Formats: sequence, structure tokens, C-alpha cells
Amino acid sequence: MMNPSLEFALLANATSILWADVPAWPAAEFVRATATELNRGARLCAWFGVPEGSGTCLVAVLAFDADNTLAVGRSAPFTGSYPSLTVTHPQAHLFEREVWEQHGLTPEGHPWLKPVRRSNGNAPANGEFFRVEGGEVHEVAVGPVHAGIIEPGHFRFQCAGEEVLHLEIALGYQHRGVEEALTSGPHRATMSQMETVAGDTTIAHATAHATVMEALAGTEAPLRAQWLRAIALELERLANHTGDMGALAGDVAFLPTSSACGKIRGDFLNLTALICGNRFGRGLVRPGGCRHDLEPARAAQLIERLKTALADTEQAVAWFWDAASVRARFENVGIVFPAQAAEIGLVGPAARACGLVRDVRYDHPAGWHRFAQAPVAVWPSGDVFARARVRSLEIQRSGEYLREQLVAPADGDMRSELAPPAPETFAVALVEGWRGEVCHVALTDAAGRFRRYKIIDPSFHNWIGMTLALRGTAISDFPICNKSFSLSYCGFDL
Amino acid sequence: MFETLRQSLKVGVVTTSYPDTPAEVSRRARGKPEIDWANWKDARPAVAVCPTGAIECRDEAGPPAATRTATLDLGKCIFCGLCADVDPAIRMTPQCELAARSRESLCHTARYQLNENGTHQHLLEASPAATSAEAITAVGQELQARIQSVLGRSLHIREVDAGSCNGCEVEIHGLNSPVYDLERFGIHFVASPRHADMLLVTGPVTRNMELALKKTYAATPDPRLVVAVGACGCSGGIFGVNYATCGAVDAVIPVDVYIPGCPPNPHALLHGILLAMGRLNRYSSDPTAEPKIAGSVSSQPGSAA
Repeated sequence: MMNPSLEFALLANATSILWADVPAWPAAEFVRATATELNRGARLCAWFGVPEGSGTCLVAVLAFDADNTLAVGRSAPFTGSYPSLTVTHPQAHLFEREVWEQHGLTPEGHPWLKPVRRSNGNAPANGEFFRVEGGEVHEVAVGPVHAGIIEPGHFRFQCAGEEVLHLEIALGYQHRGVEEALTSGPHRATMSQMETVAGDTTIAHATAHATVMEALAGTEAPLRAQWLRAIALELERLANHTGDMGALAGDVAFLPTSSACGKIRGDFLNLTALICGNRFGRGLVRPGGCRHDLEPARAAQLIERLKTALADTEQAVAWFWDAASVRARFENVGIVFPAQAAEIGLVGPAARACGLVRDVRYDHPAGWHRFAQAPVAVWPSGDVFARARVRSLEIQRSGEYLREQLVAPADGDMRSELAPPAPETFAVALVEGWRGEVCHVALTDAAGRFRRYKIIDPSFHNWIGMTLALRGTAISDFPICNKSFSLSYCGFDL
Repeated sequence: MFETLRQSLKVGVVTTSYPDTPAEVSRRARGKPEIDWANWKDARPAVAVCPTGAIECRDEAGPPAATRTATLDLGKCIFCGLCADVDPAIRMTPQCELAARSRESLCHTARYQLNENGTHQHLLEASPAATSAEAITAVGQELQARIQSVLGRSLHIREVDAGSCNGCEVEIHGLNSPVYDLERFGIHFVASPRHADMLLVTGPVTRNMELALKKTYAATPDPRLVVAVGACGCSGGIFGVNYATCGAVDAVIPVDVYIPGCPPNPHALLHGILLAMGRLNRYSSDPTAEPKIAGSVSSQPGSAA
């Protein structure tokens, strides 16, 4: 029986709650309760299954961005089917497909139920693609091996002449079994695997994992380590945003910016290496702190080199914005409307480029971001121009943030001994990676080992945004649309 | 536009002179781990922390005497440095040019006399990991010479991501930047395997990419070269073989050159590609030279850390 007074349990980012304290509803009631919260303005961060007995519990992690709080609830274990949440809240569409694939729970009424990344022999089980019929309509299939130096995925366009009527994206080619490898963990290889969930997002994923481990241990990393993680996170953002600006310039054949950004991205990667010896920040973040310190002499070096790299970026990006030929190619191409963005649950720069003020560093500050924040960069137009513009603004703000924070380190240790994870506990960590919200959720068993570990890369929310952006756009604009989202395939495929 | 041109000209040339001069790497960059084999007393702590099994040891009770065989496999190593943190006999070096023509030549093995308390002493024999200048059989050499005469002057590469984390791709992109400027060697990336002479493959090869990789290989005209990139491409790396991955690239298609690293930086990639083309010696003035250590603040634009 449903308890009418039952409510979602509230918790802050980077904290934990006893599994027994997570309220449980019967399945249909749970979907309704989740829908009610989403109607009240919550956002779906995670929706996944936890096997229990012979059934599976559905778990929802919601974010109330304006209230700076997260909410968690679950269903009683069940088998079979439940009324689909997607029907009223499209942001659940991929989560429900994933739960169906992983646990066999069928969302009744889901409009497009098909596999997400499961294998069929030695290729993903893609299922049927949506087709537009008609004499003038033709279909374009691309991938999994693309023309560029890029991860594999399959794109199926339905076109009328040059115009894209519909795009469907089938991924799963990069599925490496990341979540499955975490069962009964953490293991010896776990931390290194977390650094390669999406290799260009090493710091964000590693920080999310370390934060989950710290929340499970009922503690947090020393302040100095939180400071260094925040610095590394912004360097990661700078390197990737600069690389994307260069790639966008390259796609519209504006070579000065493309060449300059290619070099400057390497300069930013080298700054991360100056901290920890690896250009991607591998080996820096560990549960309980950081493995490397940034002593004053090296911090001074970092500031000096950062200044040069930022000035170079500023100049390269100014060439780009000053060119009418570039602006003309970006404006009014690949539009996602704000209402659509909110409905499908976009995150990161893609959401901010639709005017949504949505940034974990600001909405759900944890770690160093509780003490030092950067203003959220937004742009209203939702097109390729807006997504490029938001990146360009974030480059400025990350640079400013680094200049301020590098001279204001916290004193103390870089690393503390971490207690073992608490048993039967549920922990959530959100980190604003350069693509958007990185979400890690862990549930421990009676022995404190992982019973379930869920990773949601921002790309999981955002791929559908790219397909919407393509509608009504010329197929020749696909490269700049794709680059303007710059999503991860392996972070999605896990 | 004139302003853009003026500023571009002011920047000047940023391209590295590698491989004519040794790679400039930061002193802090973590490359190949170096083990003091002769004075290594106990492999077990390093084995216990190594996340990929790059350092392994196997004890044999004898007779005649109990021995321990310890292995360092650079094809599995992700250069995390955890072994060096727990073992004073291991030191992380910035050395990144580690590409080799065979998987075996990335492995270094040593056999020790085993003590009763579990430590070891007296290096009995050691097989140093062969370098890129390794000996190859006469038949292989002849074949290689022929391939190099066909492909050595200009090379078209098709990159295939068969399951990587995108780290290797970021570094491969770096090769196209003005700093490494791959085109100066007559090498460029092409959009189709049908136009390619070389497949540059990153891994671990997922089960879901197995078919696509095999088809891409079949679509590449002979003679063709395959280069496996990164710890995952060389050995399966941090993911190894599981229900979702087949592991190393050579588990699916034949491989000519292996480039270790996690991910290998652009210098390491360039070194491996030139090795596969047989052009390394022509360009390196001194291939045995130690990597040059870049100055701290005033590092060159091209310095890879």
C-alpha cells in the first residue's frame, strides 16, 4: 500500500544515505511520485535498477537545481513491467531503455523501446531504425567507423534532398563493461578504470568516483586536495573547449583558429602534466585526496604558462568571432529550443547554450566549489553559434577562476587515510565536467563492497539533443552540429 | 583579416624538430618505469599494486633451488607510477619512445634466487626488453624492406577506434596540429580504409567493434601496416579481456608495430609510425640518445610532457 506521506529522501551532492532510509514505493506509485517531482521542477540525474531477491528495484536520483539539493527514492523489488515514465517525461527515455536492457523491466507505453549497447554476436544489437517513407526520401547510414579521428557510432539519417527529417543514433560500439567490472569492488584496477570512463574527462570522472568513496567513508578529502582537484578540472575544461573551438573552426575551413587551437590545446594538456606527470591528469585524483602536490614554485610556473596559453587562446578565438564568414555558418544552424532542452534534460554547455542556467559547480557545489565559484556562462539562441559562444565564455571564466585560485591555495595535507566504505549505504556525487554533469552513484552491500555502481556521463543525456538539432538542417551541416555538441561515445557506452 | 594574417605571421614556426633532435619531454612526465634489476629485492609489493598486471612474478619451488621469475610488460603498463611509490628499486622515467615490432620485445624478464622469507636475491639471468632496433629474422627483414620501399615515402593512415577511451584519439589529433605537423613526412590521415596504407588502431577491441575492425582491415589494400596504439591496443590494458572486450588488437587482426603508453603522447606516436615505415633511422641523428629534458619555465612550444 502506498503511504501518502512518503516523500523522496533529500541529500546534498557528495553525501551518502543509508539504503534503508531511501523510501520505497510500489512500482506504479514510484513512477507517479517521480513524475510529480519532475513536474515540480526536478531533473532526472539517474534512473537505474538494483537487483534485489528475484526482482529489481528502480532507483531515481533527482536534482532540484534551484534548491541546491538532490532527492532519491526507489520502488519495491518487482519483475515484469511498469508504466513508462517517458510517456510524460521524455528525459527518462534512454534510462528506461537501459533498465529494460539490463534488468528486463518493461516500461509499458515507451515509444521507442530498443537496445542501448547490448551485443548481438560481434556488433551491437541495434534493432529497427525509424524510417520515413516516400519516393523523395532517402536514407544515409554512417559508421561505426567514421571518416575522422573519432570514436565509433552509427548514424542513420532520413533525408528529403539535403534536408534531414530525422536522425537516429545507435551506439554501443565502445561498450567495455565498465559498470560490470565494478561489481563487488572497488578493485585494484577500479581507480584507473574510472580515469578512462571517458579519457578526455579523466579528472571529472576520477573526482566523482573519489568523492563517492569519501562519502561512503563518511568523510571528505583534505581541503588542499579539493583545491587541486578544482584546478585540474578547469584545466581539463580549458584543454577540451580549446580543442573544440579549433575543431569547429576546422569544420568551416577557418584555418588560423583551427591551427592555433590545436597547438594551444597541447599547451593546456602540458599544464596538467606539470601538476601530475600525465597530460590527462591520470594518477592525480585518488580516494582520500590527490597523489601529487603543487608546491609554490611549480604553481608560479603554472600561472606563468597559463597566462601565455590564455592570451594565445583569446587571440585565436577573437580571429574566429571577428570573421563574418564564421558567424554566418554558425547562426541559426542546429537549433535546440529551450523548452525542448528542458524536456529532454540536456546538461552542460549544450543546455547553457539554450539559455538554461544549469551548472553543477553552481547548483550543487561540492568540494572546493563551495568556497569558490565561477559565474555560469549562458547564451540563449540554442544554435551552433550559441554552443561555440558558451565554450568561448567558459574559457574566459575558467581562466579567470584559475588565476584567482592558483594564488589562494588551502594549506594542509594532500591526502588522508580513508576509512572503508560503510555497509548498505547509498552515495551520490555530481561533478561538472567539461561536457556537463558527471554523475556517479554507489550502493554498498553488507560488507561495504559495491552492490551497484552507476555512472552517467553527460553524453547519456545529450545525444538526443544532437538528433533534435539536426531536424530540418542540411545534412552537410552535420559535422558542425556534431562538433558543437562534442559528445563522448565511450562515456555513453561504458 | 589582415590583422589575423599579421598576428599569424608574428607567431612564426611552432613545429618541433623531432625526430631530427630528441623528443623534448618535461622532467615530470611519467613514461617508462625503470627497474634496478640487479638490486631488486622483492617484486611482490609492486605486483600487488599494479592495476594492469604489467609487473608480475612467478615462484618455482625447484629443485635445484627455489627461483622467482619477475616480468615487466611495457605493453600492459599504463605508467601510473604506483609501483615506484611502493618500491625504491623502481623509478619512473620520462622516456616515451617505446614502440616495438613485436609484443615480446616489450617484455623484460629476470630470474632470481628465492629466499625463504619471500624476498629474492642474486639475479640469475635477465633478458632486457629489446629496443626498436631489435633484430628480426631475415625473411621478415626482406619483407619489411619491400613494404617500406612501397610505403616509406608517403603514407596514408586510417585511424580506427576499436574501443578506446578517446585519450589516444586526442593525442593522435595532436599529430595533425602545427606542433607535430605529420604532413611534413608525407603522412596524412584519410577518410576511408580503401585509401589507406596503415591502420592505426586503438583498443581494447570491444566485442561490438570486432566485426567492424575485421571489415576495415579487409577493406585496406595490400601491402598494409597495422599499428596498435596504447596499453589497451597493445594488451587490452586496464580492461583486459572480459565479456565485452576481446582485449589486444592482435587478438583480432595481425599487428606490425606496438606503441605503448596510456595514452602515448604525440612524440611516442610519431616514433611508432616512423618505426613502422622504416624511416626512423633516416631522421634520427642519434637514435640511442637519451630524451632531452626540457627546461622548466621556458619549455619549447612543442614539448610534450
